[in-house]
Amino acid sequence: MDGDYLERYRSLFDQFDVVAAFWVNIQLTLAAGLIALVLGTALAVMRISPAPSLRWAGSTYVTLVRNTPLTVIIVFCVLGLWGQLGITFSDDFNRNFFWLAVLGLAVYHAAFVCEALRSGVNTVPVGQAEAARAIGLGFVASARLVILPQAFRGAVAPLGNVLIALVKNSTVAAAGSVAEASGLMAEMIEFRPDVILAIFFTFAFGFVLLVVPIGLATTSLSRRWTVAR
Amino acid sequence: MADVSVAPSTAPSDEGGALLSLRAVEKHFGDLHVLRHVDLTIARGEVVVVIGPSGSGKSTLCRTINRLETIDSGTITIAGRELPEEGRDLARLRAQVGMVFQSFNLFAHKTVLENVTLGPIKAKGVKRAAAKERAMELLDRVGVANQAHKLPAQLSGGQQQRVAIARALAMDPELILFDEPTSALDPEMINEVLDVMVGLARDGMTMLVVTHEMGFARRAADRVVFMDAGEIVEESDPETFFTAPRSDRAKDFLSKILPH
Ligand SMILES: Nc1ncnc2c1ncn2[C@@H]1O[C@H](COP(=O)(O)OP(=O)(O)O)[C@@H](O)[C@H]1O
Ligand SMILES: [Mg+2]
Repeated sequence: MDGDYLERYRSLFDQFDVVAAFWVNIQLTLAAGLIALVLGTALAVMRISPAPSLRWAGSTYVTLVRNTPLTVIIVFCVLGLWGQLGITFSDDFNRNFFWLAVLGLAVYHAAFVCEALRSGVNTVPVGQAEAARAIGLGFVASARLVILPQAFRGAVAPLGNVLIALVKNSTVAAAGSVAEASGLMAEMIEFRPDVILAIFFTFAFGFVLLVVPIGLATTSLSRRWTVAR
Repeated sequence: MADVSVAPSTAPSDEGGALLSLRAVEKHFGDLHVLRHVDLTIARGEVVVVIGPSGSGKSTLCRTINRLETIDSGTITIAGRELPEEGRDLARLRAQVGMVFQSFNLFAHKTVLENVTLGPIKAKGVKRAAAKERAMELLDRVGVANQAHKLPAQLSGGQQQRVAIARALAMDPELILFDEPTSALDPEMINEVLDVMVGLARDGMTMLVVTHEMGFARRAADRVVFMDAGEIVEESDPETFFTAPRSDRAKDFLSKILPH
């Protein structure tokens, strides 16, 4: 590798705003992650509830959504919700695409959050729920005060995996016309084929940089938060 | 230990003094007939020990009384009212019936004190400060007040079971069910739990206790109920039951558990 190659590589960053593109992925991840956490928790509660209709609704959602490709869901959000039904989240054209992609990502990952949480629920002995019922707590109070706090602690590692998947899957937002990292990469490769490998490694490294801390954090959290029995 | 009253102060009217009454209760698990035509009455303030071989339906009996298990037919009434089906009424009933489990089942993510205050605060709407004060009294009564801020896993089995008793008492129950409360304990911890239970019995708490501890039955029970294969086979006072059982099934069972 000569000095000329390095110079050409460096000039990429004057031409393209790589950091801004990654920032879009981070925003997609944070927004969709938060919504998916809330929705996924609600789904998990439905799936352990005593009402058969709620259990059915929860498991149907998970089965349908988990088995649909994410690209299809995101394209549906953009072309179906916005294009066909005219649903908008923002007057700004690009912001609107951003939020439609967030919705698609959240809806999809909620199914995985639900399953991760259910694996957490399985770490909680039945006796905990029975003791909660025995002191007069109803289902919702038992779930909120006794089952879920322990289930979350038992599900830190699988929830971390969902978050890692979400970071990487945020690139699918490109299918919904959101300008983010993978879209920028495609653009850069098209305009600067002279440094194609360097571009590729730059983006791969960028995602590794985002994902590795999540893995480290969840490993240490799940160790620290383990419920001693 | 402080002298704290645990017996319910107000006594709603019951028919003929019966606090708990089971009539013709039947229960199946699939093909297995676990409770066969069970009739049982417990008067307010009475302490009844249930004894019988493993698998005879003792735990199931306890669990039907606060409806952790449903029954197929028959009736269960507490203080003259039939067990509610579901919802708020059922939650209220469960608050009246305390339960102490073989495996303690303390909330593993909560401190000892929080274990005792959770029910009063969240199920009965007691103010936090009042619940805390009462919980400390009860923890003192069962001798674990100095462990109040520890997590259950940091306590010995005997201490955990005493906390579980305090947790049940904090709801001011009319009746407490004990399902083999000392079976999971190391021998040296059994008496610290039994002593607390004897104290409760003396204070007039109504108790249904599944246990093979004959010492406890002799010291505290008004009546012993012998179950076998889902049936109540025999009922009598403890002395009569242990020295002169009437049924062959009880004689056979006692010959296996009594020291020769
Ligand atoms: N949830 C259940 N499903 C199926 N069978 C059960 C269940 N719980 C208990 N049993 C069976 O019912 C019988 C009575 O059990 P149990 O009430 O636990 O007896 P005990 O407490 O006297 O040992 C046993 O044969 C047991 O295997
Ligand atoms: Mg049992």
